[in-house]
Amino acid sequence: MQGFSALIVPLIFGGIILFGILRGVKVFEVFMEGAAEGLALLGKILPALIALLTAVGLFKISGALDLIVFALAPTADFLTVPKEVLPLGLMRPISGSGAMAIYTQILSEFGPDSFIGRVASVLEGSSETTFYTIAVYYGAVGIGKLRHTIPAALSADFTAMIVSVITVKLFLGG
Amino acid sequence: MNYVFAGMILIALVVGIVSGRWQEISNACLSEGQKAVELIISISGMICLWSGVMKIAERSGLNEKIAHLLWPLTGRVFKGLKKDGKALKAISMNMTANLLGLGNAATPLGIMAMKELYEEENCDGRATNRMVSFVVLNTASIQLIPLTSGALRMAAGSTAPFEILPAVWVSSLCSVVIGLFMAKLLGGKNPIEASGRGRK
Repeated sequence: MQGFSALIVPLIFGGIILFGILRGVKVFEVFMEGAAEGLALLGKILPALIALLTAVGLFKISGALDLIVFALAPTADFLTVPKEVLPLGLMRPISGSGAMAIYTQILSEFGPDSFIGRVASVLEGSSETTFYTIAVYYGAVGIGKLRHTIPAALSADFTAMIVSVITVKLFLGG
Repeated sequence: MNYVFAGMILIALVVGIVSGRWQEISNACLSEGQKAVELIISISGMICLWSGVMKIAERSGLNEKIAHLLWPLTGRVFKGLKKDGKALKAISMNMTANLLGLGNAATPLGIMAMKELYEEENCDGRATNRMVSFVVLNTASIQLIPLTSGALRMAAGSTAPFEILPAVWVSSLCSVVIGLFMAKLLGGKNPIEASGRGRK
């Protein structure tokens, strides 16, 4: 499993470049265009990340995070989710930068290759910022009545959290 | 977001003072911002590399190819929409952009899709079942490469940042399936169709 995963990234990378050349795309110039866009995107994330890493960092150092983790521990055990990952699961639907900050904090405390680190990684990679997306998409067409959007969307986020644990145990041996 | 941010900081300050950790708190106020900058720098290599490659994919028409492959699937999820209609096309393109991790492209395409859905269906200011399904599809991400997650793993020193790939695929897939299932389950009939009004 692990060897296969390592191959995927270079394969996709090479495949796309090959496809581009075959289609007559000026791959180098286009690449730079895309990379510049990536840079701009990072520049946009930076202020939010500074704000949120500071907030989450303070939250962690003050011990408030530990309090919350402690309070949520029974719920986490009930769901078989590691209790340290629960704050990420809760923040994820609410804020992308906030989730990124909590995720970073989990990675630095527990290491990316630990069980907790891996579960957090899978969770971060398999869900999206729910409320923001809802606001943007419905706002664009002026729809006010959301009906069952939020419950359905949250069920997806919830599933991601539970399945993250299962898949890490299955594929990466916990 | 304002409340989350302010709330976190204020609670942290209160708890910190109460537990006597004001020295650490004071240090953290300044050092955490620095960490953010270092973090962004450490992931920028991978992010820019990938943005570049994905731009090539976009330019070479890969998006259209994949969207084409997805039509049978999107057609089934959004039953009843005109086969070659604009809505279905926009939805496929949006899903493809999400799949390839092109967040910037996905959002305008998604908005376009919402507008098309708004035109094709009579909805009276309320979300139609198809709109709900579409939004749920977007909030439960399916990405081929979870770039942010992987890049941050690499920055944190992982020996195999993308070993999580199969796990992420399975997890994303499950969350999308459940999300769509719940959308269908809770949807019932479109409110306008149920009441018998509307141009359908």
